[in-house]
Amino acid sequence: MTVVQFVFYLFALTLLVGGIFTVISKSPVHSVLWLILSFLSGAGLMVLLGAEFVAMLLIIVYVGAVAVLFLFVVMMLDVDFAELRAEMAKGLPLAALIGLVLIMQLAMAFGAWEIGGGVEMLDAPMATPEGAGDHNTAALGLLLYDKYFVLFQLAGLILLVAMIGAIVLTMRHRKDIKRQDILAQMYRDPAKTMELKDIKPGQGLAE
Amino acid sequence: MVQLEQYLAVAATLFVIGIFGIFLNRKNVIIILMSIELVLLSVNINLVAFSSFLGDLTGQVFTLFVLTVAAAEAAIGLAILVCFFRNRGTIAVEDINNMKG
Repeated sequence: MTVVQFVFYLFALTLLVGGIFTVISKSPVHSVLWLILSFLSGAGLMVLLGAEFVAMLLIIVYVGAVAVLFLFVVMMLDVDFAELRAEMAKGLPLAALIGLVLIMQLAMAFGAWEIGGGVEMLDAPMATPEGAGDHNTAALGLLLYDKYFVLFQLAGLILLVAMIGAIVLTMRHRKDIKRQDILAQMYRDPAKTMELKDIKPGQGLAE
Repeated sequence: MVQLEQYLAVAATLFVIGIFGIFLNRKNVIIILMSIELVLLSVNINLVAFSSFLGDLTGQVFTLFVLTVAAAEAAIGLAILVCFFRNRGTIAVEDINNMKG
């Protein structure tokens, strides 16, 4: 077994184990941690395939942003997860049936699949074609900013819409707290709110 | 040497695990969202594997788009979840029937 094969099986195993425990683990916090493990293993598989940029992006976006977001939400919501877990056994037969059917369909499709004529398959993975730039990142950038520029812009638009949507959905204006009223502060006139009195020594302030 | 079929098998298994998780945790929306992330990860592995073995970068470009949509979906989904929890005090999927659909 070569090193590449060993690393592949290692990452594949941790990926699948992470996926399974994400789905079946008792506490959602553990689920998120297993999810992070499977994302990292997926990134490892992509490095093995030669797609370094996508792998690093996977770590940054999924582990750095999405998984942490999940963690925040899991810890913020005060839900009795044990109660939800108790219902898990009820869904098991249906889930197992659907999983079995799906895996059989995939196996059948996989068995009948063959590489089409005229398609040239490489013997070894090569994520960066020769002549497309020195690095995977450079080659991807050339493609992304040139041929797929409109799609790239649309992806940015999707992120903008998601950001605005998330803010609008979660923002609430609480009525029961004191707020700073900036306009009232600005229009405040010192002459109306303050009175200067000249008090003689020893007299005090008499009404 | 690791062949394309091995990557495809891993991705297919992960896909099935994700779908399994959706039906197993039908009460818990958070786990369902995580299962969807697993499914999208398996699709990404498929895309990158084909891209790499065909020597064509287009697959990786589409992986980036899938990644974008997955991030947006997770953000919106969790925002809806927080909003729903604030209003109803539960995250069980079966209680989400406000619109009587």
